[in-house]
Amino acid sequence: MSIQIKNVWKEYGQRVILEKVSLKVEQGEFCTLVGASGCGKTTFLRMLLAEEQPTRGQILIDGEAMPAEPGPDRGVVFQRYSVFPHLTVLQNVMLGMEIEQSPFWGRLSGSAKKQAEAEARSMLESVGLTHVCNHYPDALSGGMQQRLAIAQALIKKPRILLLDEPFGALDPGIRADMHDLILDLWKQTGITIFMVTHDIKEAFHLGSRLLVFDKVRHDPQEPAAYGASITYDIPLETKGSRRMYPEVRKVVTVSEHKADRNSAMLLLQKEAA
Amino acid sequence: MKRIINIHPSDGVKLMLGILPFILALLAYMIASDMRLAENAGDKLLPSFSSIGEAIQRFAFEPSKRTGEILLWVDTASSLSRLAMGVGVSAVIGFFVGVACGVVPYVRANLSPFVRVLSMVPPIALLPILFIVFGLGEVSKVVLIVLGIAPFIARDVQQRVEELPHEQMIKAQTLGASTWQIIIRVVIPQVMPRLLNAVRLSLGPAWLFLIAAEAIASTDGLGYRIFLVRRYLDMETILPYVVWITLLAYLMDLGLKKTIRVAFPWFEGKRDDA
Repeated sequence: MSIQIKNVWKEYGQRVILEKVSLKVEQGEFCTLVGASGCGKTTFLRMLLAEEQPTRGQILIDGEAMPAEPGPDRGVVFQRYSVFPHLTVLQNVMLGMEIEQSPFWGRLSGSAKKQAEAEARSMLESVGLTHVCNHYPDALSGGMQQRLAIAQALIKKPRILLLDEPFGALDPGIRADMHDLILDLWKQTGITIFMVTHDIKEAFHLGSRLLVFDKVRHDPQEPAAYGASITYDIPLETKGSRRMYPEVRKVVTVSEHKADRNSAMLLLQKEAA
Repeated sequence: MKRIINIHPSDGVKLMLGILPFILALLAYMIASDMRLAENAGDKLLPSFSSIGEAIQRFAFEPSKRTGEILLWVDTASSLSRLAMGVGVSAVIGFFVGVACGVVPYVRANLSPFVRVLSMVPPIALLPILFIVFGLGEVSKVVLIVLGIAPFIARDVQQRVEELPHEQMIKAQTLGASTWQIIIRVVIPQVMPRLLNAVRLSLGPAWLFLIAAEAIASTDGLGYRIFLVRRYLDMETILPYVVWITLLAYLMDLGLKKTIRVAFPWFEGKRDDA
């Protein structure tokens, strides 16, 4: 499975958010999306989710136009509100299976329910939440809620997983745990992941490919006239081996100046090519 | 010295402070009543507790000489059945309209403005029309309550549905849920406690409309009785009736609140659980 983004634009009236975005992503890549606030990376994610439609251009999955609304082939985890507060942890994970197997009531009973429960439990085990199966999400910490959201999304075995700053609200320690978890799950399932993050270290650490969103053209009199595009596309992993780029990483993650960061990125891209 | 906003009463003190206004009100009444009765033993405006007690004995425990029924219970039964019917029908209508408007954009575009205008019509002004159309029987009283509170409940439910985080709707779709499945698995379970809250809030207006309707045209009911005995300045009956109505309203409110707490444990501590 591959995703092809062909010259996609997104405009809201006069405001251009994204322009000329073209990209090809293969099965199993882990793309981390970084960029300044309001540069359209979340909008980009929403278009992959089909929550929003591009105003120009096309998004193709395996050469076919993407459906016009969210569906089970693309799972999602948001920064907040991804889980259902009125369902217990176990019920949250079972929901996807219940919906699939029971079109009218959306509920299972008897052996079908037992089977779904068992499957949900093993999924919860892989994210380390078995001990809180019967709790409501409000009783969980932020990190546990995000684990739950990941489990809930993965139970549908989506081909693409979209993460919108999933760890942005978590403590640094918890965040490191979550990084290990998501990397494990990614390696096990071979799923394609797109993740929006504000944390460029996180982006380097997790991704197999780094996508930087920025404006190429800038009109100081009318900032909304031009949209952002993918300015850097840096492979971080090829054929299973990580490229670390230690010196450049240092500049990118430490430097306060955008110009320094940009030249470092440029260097990275050259080196990678 | 701590700031006043940081000084909290202990549980015992809290209880006492809460009871205090009730005691003060009773005391004030007692003193005023004594003063008036000392001046004129035949005063009807503020009857003494003993004569109120006698009146209660008369209408709450002895069969009426005219009909052979115990008035308070007959009145209570007919008022409560009208109220239950009115509130029940309103809750059902409000629930369906509110959920449909909250979830389906086409239904919202179609019904929402109408419901909004409807909720602005002063129901009491419609009462003459109801009496003309439905006669003076039970129907017009129930319809008055429904017209009075159903639009409010519908609007409230719609707003609660729209307040559910958009992320949840997207998430449900990525789990493969259809519109119908989203409604029954995501929206309705989360709206139920909020519906009960809306019903709680609308009980006050519901009583208002009920008593207004009973006052104007009825042959029994709590509101009917109060307005009937008003002609004889029968404060001995009116005052306990008012207290009784207040108590009933309070118990209903409490009952709904407890129901929400028991039936929807996950709802505890949510913002709108007033």
